Amino acid sequence: MTEAIVKMDTPFADSLLDRVPAPLVGTELPRIDGPRKVTGTARYAAEHFPDGLVHGVLLRAPFGCGRITKVDPAEALAMPGVLAVIRDERMVRNGGGFAGAAAPVQGVEEVAYFGQPIGLVVADSLERARAAALCVRLTFETAPGVFDMVASRETALPPTDDIFGLFLIHTEQGDVAHAASEASALVDAVWQTPSQSHAAMEPHASVAIWQDGQLTLHGSYQSPVVTRDQLATVMGLEPTQVRILSPFVGGGFGGKLGVMPEAVAAAIAAQQLGRPVKVVMTRQQVFEMTGRRPMTYQRLRLGADAAGQLTLVQHDTITDQLTGEVFFEPAGLATHLLYAGANRQVDHKVVRTNKLLGVSMRAPGEAVGQLALECAMDELAEALNLDPIEFRLRNEPERHPETGVPFSSRALVACLKQGAARFGWPTRSRDPGAFRDGEWLVGYGMSSAARGNLFGPSRARVRIEGDGRVTVETEMTDIGTGTYTILAQIVADLLGVELAQVDVRLGDTDDPASAGSGGSWGATTSGSAVYAACSELRVRLAAAAGAPVDAITLAGGVLTAPGIRRPITDLVGNGLAVEGVAQPGESNTRLNQTSYGAHFCEVRVHAVTGEMRVARWSSVFAAGRILNLKTATSQAIGGIVLGIGGALTEELIHDPRSGKVVNRDLGEYHVAVHADIPAIDVHFLEERDSVANPLLAKGVGELGVCGAGAAVANAVYNATGVRVREFPITLDKLLHGLPPLTSATSRT
Amino acid sequence: MMPFEYLRAGNEADALQAAADRPDARFIAGGTNLLDLMKLGIERPPQLIDIGGLDLRTMAETPDGGLRIGALVTNAELAAHPLVRARYPLLSQAILAGASGQLRNKATTGGNLLQRTRCYYFYDPASPCNKREPGTGCAAIGGFNRIMAILGTSAHCIASHPSDMAVAMRALDARVETRQRDGQMEVRALDALYRLPGETPHIDHTLAPGELITAVVLPAPLNGRQRYRKVRDRASYAFALVSVAATLAVEDGMIVQAAMAFGGVAPMPWRDRTAEALLIGQTPSQALFERCADAVTAEAQGQGGNDFKITLLRRTLAACLTDLTGNVP
Repeated sequence: MTEAIVKMDTPFADSLLDRVPAPLVGTELPRIDGPRKVTGTARYAAEHFPDGLVHGVLLRAPFGCGRITKVDPAEALAMPGVLAVIRDERMVRNGGGFAGAAAPVQGVEEVAYFGQPIGLVVADSLERARAAALCVRLTFETAPGVFDMVASRETALPPTDDIFGLFLIHTEQGDVAHAASEASALVDAVWQTPSQSHAAMEPHASVAIWQDGQLTLHGSYQSPVVTRDQLATVMGLEPTQVRILSPFVGGGFGGKLGVMPEAVAAAIAAQQLGRPVKVVMTRQQVFEMTGRRPMTYQRLRLGADAAGQLTLVQHDTITDQLTGEVFFEPAGLATHLLYAGANRQVDHKVVRTNKLLGVSMRAPGEAVGQLALECAMDELAEALNLDPIEFRLRNEPERHPETGVPFSSRALVACLKQGAARFGWPTRSRDPGAFRDGEWLVGYGMSSAARGNLFGPSRARVRIEGDGRVTVETEMTDIGTGTYTILAQIVADLLGVELAQVDVRLGDTDDPASAGSGGSWGATTSGSAVYAACSELRVRLAAAAGAPVDAITLAGGVLTAPGIRRPITDLVGNGLAVEGVAQPGESNTRLNQTSYGAHFCEVRVHAVTGEMRVARWSSVFAAGRILNLKTATSQAIGGIVLGIGGALTEELIHDPRSGKVVNRDLGEYHVAVHADIPAIDVHFLEERDSVANPLLAKGVGELGVCGAGAAVANAVYNATGVRVREFPITLDKLLHGLPPLTSATSRT
Repeated sequence: MMPFEYLRAGNEADALQAAADRPDARFIAGGTNLLDLMKLGIERPPQLIDIGGLDLRTMAETPDGGLRIGALVTNAELAAHPLVRARYPLLSQAILAGASGQLRNKATTGGNLLQRTRCYYFYDPASPCNKREPGTGCAAIGGFNRIMAILGTSAHCIASHPSDMAVAMRALDARVETRQRDGQMEVRALDALYRLPGETPHIDHTLAPGELITAVVLPAPLNGRQRYRKVRDRASYAFALVSVAATLAVEDGMIVQAAMAFGGVAPMPWRDRTAEALLIGQTPSQALFERCADAVTAEAQGQGGNDFKITLLRRTLAACLTDLTGNVP
């Protein structure tokens, strides 16, 4: 197979996508997989029923720290239909991370957190397995654990790993202490964010099938090849012996990156029993044995001179994680580059706690970091008696404020200005509590948004069949994001075929490996691989037609060039296939690539009860070329909804005595629901980033959540005069600052 | 869930007989709560007697202007019924403030009254819970107790009752009709259906084994206005932190009738007749409402994380009374 490589060593002066006469890329094309999803013909992991299938239910540790000393399965094994109670040292204790083939922490005896998986009960039906799981008797020794991060924050230490240089542990420039002493206005406060759960609609689920020494696993994974490699390591297999299929994934948000306990347990059980095994996590298990966004304790110290120029930007984060795990919540990520200021410090430390594994969750670092930073900016603007937009405009850096590296594209200022106009920001009163509508206190809030644009290696095979149909095959996934659709759009545009002629096959580790869905890079990396393949196919088609490639136009299944008009089917023989390869290069490091945005919202706070309702929302984003306006807008809205939830409702609660996840269902883990969300106005600016990739696009998936919660918090302050720095802002935290009853209930 | 026998009763007599034969059997109607509890291993009935086929789905006016609601009338049907909307808007508001459309389509009137607490620790077999396993202790005390009760609790249990509908019904002086095991009909006031935890929090209600709720009867409504005000952590699909059901009549500037019930604050829909009596014969005023709130919360006790419910209850009550009486000085 021919390979065609696009390596980002130099900027793309122009993209083939800009030469397409009537492009599909950029339009509001509905998802091509939509009909399959709404008719139930898109099969998710748990919807596979191979012959002989049996069912496994994971066992959980009922304590927060210690050791299982004895397991008595007799009662469970005597129950009807029960096949096995499996405890195997290969089972994983902590889920896997997002990169690398190393095995996650394994073992079934040591217990590091409440709810940890410690075995699997297998029976001929789910119900029987579930009943038997209640009847496995455990004996255990508990040990003292660390369950309160804030109380233990003095024990925090620097993280041991900077995650391939992506998460800077500590940076400093200038002299922050001196800057603090000189500042005309200073904000120095602590913001706290709780653990959060990804709470994807589809629970983690795996069906494991062994045949002739080969393991096939239908799973729900964002990056099947990463999961495959980890699963192979865990099982003592070669990666070639393992195949993972994840063609449809019902939401991931970072919670389905590395291998999770259910996949390993299913694989072990299927191996031991010699028949296919399905393990679907219960909703409670998803909450307590997969992963969470770690909690943070963030000190922000911002200082400015009398002219409103930032002189000090300091962001020190303490977060929590299980012992031995390298991931940490890099809350300072955006603080490195969002605003100017000569004296800077960004620092991260970790407290080792006995609580559920911390993993990436949508916009790791940036989501919670900008929550704190953008609230601190609001406070400092107020201290300076400046409008918060004006304050940000005065601190717009020309280059990366730490490294001096130029930005590949940066439209924050345009986002702020256009957003303010769309929202009607100038009607806001700077005085908190000034605007009231009956029993509702009305406030406006805003924030900036920034999300780093990443690029990684990705492959895709594009094949033009003899009949003119085109097939795209890549291990890349569509986790609800729109991958099927955007890849088909790119192919249809670059090869000049009808959309209906394009088949996209995703999520199979036997196909060319991709960068996976995560880090907002899925669209740009897999799209660039497809672009590379299509570029080469255009060269082949041109050669077959005897035309210079720069002279051809492909449209309607026909190649045209001066004096030439040939159907593509005439040019491909029995078929043409190329494997496209996208590779990061120097341009990804020479310039800083970041997507930007600005959020504006109106929040209403009930003067009597403190209930909060987000009433109005506008956001403007700049993320390079938008590949599909509909799916990108949906991504942005989804991120904003997550931001609203993070500001007002979402908290994965740990029992203070055991670290146990207290609210383990969607009735008590409060994601924002429809009634909490107003119509959300999203607008994307026209932008092309020639440094990022051949699509000239930047990441969109995580941009929406960045800063969104801060806009809410700032609006709550504008409505009430109460600054709540401990998220989520539930109504009990506002009660003390609400108007006295007599005036609260007055309807005049 | 643990294996169980399933029996579908064709009529009331069959259902009662089946229950008499198996005293540890449970009736099931909508199953919106019981099935969840069974899956989690919290309820382990050896037999379910499905009463879905019983003739308990009718609603009819009573001769004295009240309303008799069959136990199997769904929450959705009840909330939408024209008579309920016209005469008991409080009840309609309360039901629509609870659960989700899907749950309301399935959940029944009788089942709603008997739903169990949403205490996190009750829901986790790995936590001590006197309500689930008597004598094991109460993990909510000293644990995360933000949603727990502030009134009517004991040293053994601080769980709150989750229903919205039952709060409205208590304010409306609902009576509950049941059939005893021997077929005898019994009628009791709604408050007599429930019991406080005391030393036996595992017993939620006063029904005898095998006793079946057949209907809820509402007396003719009080004159005056009605309101259900629910305060929760998100706009939909969340249990009440605090709720107030109130019906109030004002004549010639004076409160002549008042009935109030409170949700989210006690192990049962809470009512305080002393506080109601304070209002009767009085001119509405903020000072009066504050005295009323004083009375309601006089015995209230927080656990730390739920202390705010005392303030929230006071404010919500006062706002609700203001709402029902118009602008007051």
